[in-house]
Amino acid sequence: MHHFIYATIGGSLLGISAIMMMALNGRIAGISGILSGSITQKGSERWWRVLFTAGIIIGAALPPLLSADFVVPEPDATLPLVLIGGLLVGLGTGMGSGCTTGHGICGIARLSKRSLVATCTFMAAAFLTVYLLRHTVGA
Amino acid sequence: MSKQVTALASGLVLGVGLSISGMTNTERVLGFLDLFGQWDPTLAFVMGSGVIVAFLGFKLVLKTPGPLFDDVFSLPTKTDIDKPLLLGAILFGLGWGLVGYCPGPALAGLSTGYIAPLMFVPAMIIGLLLSKRVSAIF
Repeated sequence: MHHFIYATIGGSLLGISAIMMMALNGRIAGISGILSGSITQKGSERWWRVLFTAGIIIGAALPPLLSADFVVPEPDATLPLVLIGGLLVGLGTGMGSGCTTGHGICGIARLSKRSLVATCTFMAAAFLTVYLLRHTVGA
Repeated sequence: MSKQVTALASGLVLGVGLSISGMTNTERVLGFLDLFGQWDPTLAFVMGSGVIVAFLGFKLVLKTPGPLFDDVFSLPTKTDIDKPLLLGAILFGLGWGLVGYCPGPALAGLSTGYIAPLMFVPAMIIGLLLSKRVSAIF
């Protein structure tokens, strides 16, 4: 199957997951916020977040078992780049109260102006970063 | 208890979706972010379908009196565009462009056993934990 079709099926599942969290638990399915809360929260407020996070990891392990189409290549990045990238993504999504799921999908779906501005900003910053890496310094 | 099970189920659906969509493939993500190279539009289909499905679903769900396993819908209350929002989004975009992982795909990537996500996720958690203090400066 063409990867645009997979992308549409996968994207729809992201939307369905967001609807499930809202309809069942009344929460926004924002990964950065839930991951952060899985460490800082206490008791049952902590455990649903831990289980949500575990679900992502387990869920992502399943499609590659069923089809080689879903086996991904190893990321092509040096260790320092990976560490700096991780730190920036954590810092940025923590400060900006959201990532691609919280702002990009849930926020825009709620027509939130904050989320729309955040999404346009992080997309622009990411486009610029890749441009600089691939077409200036790295080229 | 039910709240924990539903969170696990939602996480599972999200993980399967991330894997099927191609978001866990950093090469594909960077290909989408590379507007001036061999642009790969795949991610536009992921975000587009995710937003449309969530938009329609939220419209229906938010008309109901409340969630099944909690008292109220906990929706974000902030509406102002402040400095931490903008600066945070810039830093996030920068990190995303460096490696091709945003938080969900990075977590999902742990299931691949590759070294990169195993290093990326702890660094990301440190960043998340530091973020409140950094935000307080602005």
